[in-house]
Amino acid sequence: MRADRKVGIVGWGVYVPKWRIKSEELARGWGRDWNRYAAGIMVEEKSVPGIDEDTFTIAYEASVNALKRARLDASLLRAVYVGTESKPYAVKTTATMLIDALGAGGNGRLTTGADYEFACKAGTEAMQSVIGLVGSGMIEYGLAVGADTAQGAPGDALEYTAAAGGAAYIIGPAERSVAIIEASLSHVTDTPDFWRRQHERYPAHTRAFTGEPAYFKHIVTAARELMSLMGTGPEDYDYAVFHQPNGKYPLRVGTRLGFTPDKLKPGLITPYIGNTYSGSALVGLAAVLDQAKPGQRILVVSFGSGAGSDAFHIEVGDGIEEVQGLAPKTLDYVSRKEYVDYTTYARYRRMIRMLHDFSAY
Amino acid sequence: MWAYWQSVPAHWRELPARYRLEGGKCRDCGHTTLPDEMVCPVCGSKNIERINLPRRGKVVNYSVIWNAPRGYEYYTPYVVALIELEDGTRIFSQLTDVHPDEVREGMEVEMVLRKTRVSGESGLIAYSYKFRPVMD
Amino acid sequence: MVYIVGAGLTKVGNHWNRSLRHLAAEAALSAMEDASVEEVDYVVVANALSGVINGQENLASYVTTHLGMTGTPAVKVEAAGASGGAALLMARSLISGRMADRVMVVGVEKMTDYTALEDSTAALSTFIDSEYEAFPGGTLDSIHALMMRAYMRKYDVPREEFSHLPVLMHENASTTPHAQLRFKLKPKSYEASPVIAEPIKMLDLAPLSDGAAAVVLSREAGREFSVEIVGSGQATDTISAYRREDLTQLPSVRAAFKRALSESPDFKPDFYAIHDYSSVMGYVEAEELGLAGRGEAAQFFSSEEARRNGSSPVNPEGGLKARGNPIGATGVYQAAEAFLQLTGRAEGWQVPGARSALLLSVGGLGANSVVHLVRGV
Repeated sequence: MRADRKVGIVGWGVYVPKWRIKSEELARGWGRDWNRYAAGIMVEEKSVPGIDEDTFTIAYEASVNALKRARLDASLLRAVYVGTESKPYAVKTTATMLIDALGAGGNGRLTTGADYEFACKAGTEAMQSVIGLVGSGMIEYGLAVGADTAQGAPGDALEYTAAAGGAAYIIGPAERSVAIIEASLSHVTDTPDFWRRQHERYPAHTRAFTGEPAYFKHIVTAARELMSLMGTGPEDYDYAVFHQPNGKYPLRVGTRLGFTPDKLKPGLITPYIGNTYSGSALVGLAAVLDQAKPGQRILVVSFGSGAGSDAFHIEVGDGIEEVQGLAPKTLDYVSRKEYVDYTTYARYRRMIRMLHDFSAY
Repeated sequence: MWAYWQSVPAHWRELPARYRLEGGKCRDCGHTTLPDEMVCPVCGSKNIERINLPRRGKVVNYSVIWNAPRGYEYYTPYVVALIELEDGTRIFSQLTDVHPDEVREGMEVEMVLRKTRVSGESGLIAYSYKFRPVMD
Repeated sequence: MVYIVGAGLTKVGNHWNRSLRHLAAEAALSAMEDASVEEVDYVVVANALSGVINGQENLASYVTTHLGMTGTPAVKVEAAGASGGAALLMARSLISGRMADRVMVVGVEKMTDYTALEDSTAALSTFIDSEYEAFPGGTLDSIHALMMRAYMRKYDVPREEFSHLPVLMHENASTTPHAQLRFKLKPKSYEASPVIAEPIKMLDLAPLSDGAAAVVLSREAGREFSVEIVGSGQATDTISAYRREDLTQLPSVRAAFKRALSESPDFKPDFYAIHDYSSVMGYVEAEELGLAGRGEAAQFFSSEEARRNGSSPVNPEGGLKARGNPIGATGVYQAAEAFLQLTGRAEGWQVPGARSALLLSVGGLGANSVVHLVRGV
């Protein structure tokens, strides 16, 4: 998919809560030995949302950072899409709150807005939609966010990785962009590797089935198809960013596609903060943009269970270095941290119910 | 639970102040308030304009709440503070992302948006400004 | 001229088996009996939280119904903790404005129907700015805490210096029959008490109490006992503490005092009834009334002066801290207690030879203050 009109990233921003829990502590909570799992998961600690944080508050701060880098007044945004699988309301769009908090669409609030759900690739799905709107000339600027306070059932393997954070991207015309999105391509099939039924608190997953037929198959297909469309190979990219459900999968899929570890590591953030689900690949991309130089090329491939992948070919443009320092960088948030124990984690994640708990959720 | 507590319009109409720190500025004496007032509390002028207040300030005074009102007990202990914004506006806010023993008078803080009052599992989630120690 | 000619009050405390109507009736009927009157022209009810806690508004009619006074004009006066003082002021003005010759003021509050502290804390949060103080999580106690921190910083007063007021109040209340907390307090227990809203501790604060008090006001002096109200003044301040210039002062107390004094410039009280919702507010009130210099209230409350037999006794019955604080009724308690004092009937808690008193009733953190000056006839 290539837009009629060239579009790109005008600004980007991330947010990661300050609280962390060590995988070792999560294991201890269930009487397990983390050393037995460490190599298979490769996530040493994960971010934990504060007691008053959720997808909206995460999306808000990431968006404020994106606006700072874009040097754009929020009133000029004409599309706001939030990709998430942890909506604060099952029915009531997170985007409506974000639009009002940012002042998107001006005083008349003349903007479109919606929430997207496609497991962990809802954020890139939102980005594709904004690319379409800007690329067709319907709007000049739009905002796409991928953010989650990811769910993982207590005691389940996902508890080691389900984290909180997000990234926001302001998409606009190429002449205002610091990185051009040359093309995007998606691959989607009915592959039920992971889901959460209506009204359930925690997702169900299919363990090893989430690997080959789901994660690897979709990412590899989307990446290869995009490179074929662009006439490129792994050697043509300076960075490759993949959805990162753990520390191991993105390295393995990158290697399989022919990328060397030095191209994968700058965008690999999950080992330090866990899997931010809809934010995962987009936080990785932000970390790359934080340090990218003009002329560099980035391949981004997300993955959402269910299942599908969105791939993007991005070329970094002039001017990126001017905006990198205009807002806190991904690694600023990664290094801003304070550890909590399992009890505090359980309280912050509202796994503990109080008597007459009127402030629940 | 008291009905006023769960009022949706009562929160909704305050969103400009609670989401965006929209306050008032007296066109005659320059005094600023949150929320905006119809009459300037300093000079009595009715010539008030709406402005966006700065999102940074410092803690002037604070209290650590251990005995919370209904609906806030899950957050205890939490800190409420008198904050002087960069333009001198004084506001009252909850602090977040901070331990009570880390709070000091003069501490530099910045605005974030957080869940403030949640009406149970089925009601409204009321978000508003809170302040946290500045990141840089 | 307006006189208090009768008073009645219930014990302050947890009245589990008695409702607003029982408490109000007991106080009102005993005030009528004390005044030896059968009827009044007007009933003014003082109450702060019946709507929030008891689900009962239209309280004036509710009270007259249960007093067997259906038909008598009545109104509820609400000004948070100053409701009682404000009700007395309104009642006095009904008489001086020739709307009535005899008025019953009955203050009643029923706090203990909320058994959870979270609920009573939420109820008291209605005294501060609901939208910009209570909504972000502020409580009435936390607003007092801001005053305490400002006071401690400005005058370099350590927190243990705030124990003098609670210790004195408990000592006074220990011999007051209708007081709620009739035990002496050691400074050590004060220091060990739990933090409510740092730096405010539980023993800095008045308890939450049930109770009712009533006084009968009349244009004519009483048959047996009379106390004249010789001055009344009231003033407000911002409801929001965050808009105050200086949290170590209570300008509304100063203004109300000045207005009351303008009626009787030579007035010298033999004792003071102040509104000690918190230790620090008691301190600042004492300073506003000229009992102590700025920042020196701790010395005053630890001195002989403030004691029942001292030169400027404060709260001889034990104050809000130990007599108890039935919020909206508290100002009426002050009037009823002064009536008993000035007619020499405060047995066990009498200020020797007291002939005059100053009554200070305060709502919120000085958001509304009322001062009455009363003198034995």
